[in-house]
Amino acid sequence: MEFLGLVNYALFMGIFICIYALLALGLNIQWGFAGLFNAGIAGFFAVGAYTSAIVSTPPADGRLGGFDLHFVFGWIAAMLAAALVAWPIGKICLRFRSDYLAIASIGIAEIIRLVIKSEPVLTNGARGISSIPRPAGDLAYMESQIAYLIIVLAVLIAAYVLVERQFNAPWGRMMRAIRDNEDAAKAMGKDVEFRRLEAFIFGAALMGLGGALFAHFNRSITPEAIDPMVATFLIWIMLILGGSGNNRGAILGAAVVWIIWSVSEIATDRLPHEYAVQAKYIRLFLIGLMLQLVLRFRPEGLLPEPLRGDQRATKSGADPR
Amino acid sequence: MLELDQLVMDFGGFKAVNGCTFRVEANSITGLIGPNGAGKTTLFNLIAGALHPTSGAIRFQGEDVTSLASHQLFHKGLVRTFQIPHEFHKLTALENLMMVPPSQPGESLFANWVAWGRVKTSENDVERKAYETLDFLELSHVAHERAGNLSGGQKKLLELGRTMMTDAKLVLLDEPAAGVNRTLLRKLETKIDILNKERGYTFVLIEHDMEMIEKLCDPVVCMAEGRVLIEGDFQTVRSDPQVLEAYLGETTGDAA
Repeated sequence: MEFLGLVNYALFMGIFICIYALLALGLNIQWGFAGLFNAGIAGFFAVGAYTSAIVSTPPADGRLGGFDLHFVFGWIAAMLAAALVAWPIGKICLRFRSDYLAIASIGIAEIIRLVIKSEPVLTNGARGISSIPRPAGDLAYMESQIAYLIIVLAVLIAAYVLVERQFNAPWGRMMRAIRDNEDAAKAMGKDVEFRRLEAFIFGAALMGLGGALFAHFNRSITPEAIDPMVATFLIWIMLILGGSGNNRGAILGAAVVWIIWSVSEIATDRLPHEYAVQAKYIRLFLIGLMLQLVLRFRPEGLLPEPLRGDQRATKSGADPR
Repeated sequence: MLELDQLVMDFGGFKAVNGCTFRVEANSITGLIGPNGAGKTTLFNLIAGALHPTSGAIRFQGEDVTSLASHQLFHKGLVRTFQIPHEFHKLTALENLMMVPPSQPGESLFANWVAWGRVKTSENDVERKAYETLDFLELSHVAHERAGNLSGGQKKLLELGRTMMTDAKLVLLDEPAAGVNRTLLRKLETKIDILNKERGYTFVLIEHDMEMIEKLCDPVVCMAEGRVLIEGDFQTVRSDPQVLEAYLGETTGDAA
């Protein structure tokens, strides 16, 4: 029993790591490669989660849909919807300098959350959407968990391959050039505004997909699940700790941070009740502290940005400055 | 090739460029000299579209380009370098050159997923060209070093290298000689000359190294206080009393 519990816990953790790794990959496109400070990950996550929920749930009274389509359509729709939402936001906000983009994107994510909470026709309001079909959800509990882990892992691997391909291609080179020196990239004929928008939308689509995977795993989605603490800031810590500019780093960071985050929950839950409530905030403090330590002692992350392109006779990969 | 008409750049009351008018003839190498603060770099920023003039007009190959952005001007064949090196510091020296050629198929997200073969072919060509350029600039040994780790002079060369990665018509060089050692400098002059004669590049270069100006440039334009003081061949400009005054702030003495 104890052993089965552990296996189950590991499966559960594996699924979440895959979902968060997908979000971290999306953020890596935006920040690691395009230098866009998006602090509104939760917003795109929410758009994806709700879109997929609406598309794939059976018809319900009093709200939009559902359309009872196969989950695959739900996931595709989630990516498209997140991309579609990102388009006007990017169009307006990407003109700002990075710190202003961060402020604007926090605000927009919050607007999205409030719209979701208070638009029953669209999202069933605070009650959220339930009975979202889970792929392989008809199997017995343990088999179903395993099957879902395999599915999310396959999605993550596919996303990793697609993103990695872009980063080694001229597109990635151009994005990194824009990030390193905007003026020079412009002088070399690159349409910086358009390219940033591309990266922003690309990243947002992956975040939307992450949201959809999350919603289908939980079989339901409520506004409470759109917690900026977890869905935005934890992702940032994952990326920075893992190494921004490095896709493997993003995935590693997601694993490390999520393991610390969820194991610390077990630890605090064992405390007597009166401390357990307070300990919840200690976890937030610890995560913040971890971020500070990483930034102070290893700002390039666990896996620093690699030298890309042709690396015959590569010399030192030392970071400038 | 390039015509500047009464350009004014007003930074909130301070007119860095104040009524600047001159022409650059095709296939020439025009030298732009003048004391510090004469507005030379600001003028470059205006021509290259990094800044837009408060008033006045810029025509490039007969077309009004006053309001175009720098990336649009690049596609029309106008390429510039920067006074302070603007390398892509986390990219390797090789990548710094490889990113330059316009309209590479691999710059499209979809081509990278569905037409990888085409991307690869173009990449091989671009890479060969980049290696050739590095070879010429004697930078081959740092091809795979991050550009941010290069020395100041190497960064300058890399900037020049970028202009050689595309089919430019007009190249603006902002102090190409600063920080570059003498031997390499002579080689740089030769290369500019070759690019001018064989590939038909037109150059405008800002430079304080009068030896380089004398060797390469005709005509020479001297700017002071945001406007053209005098233009003509090197000897005329050099011996003009106004130029001496602008450099030394007095009417006697020996500039240049």
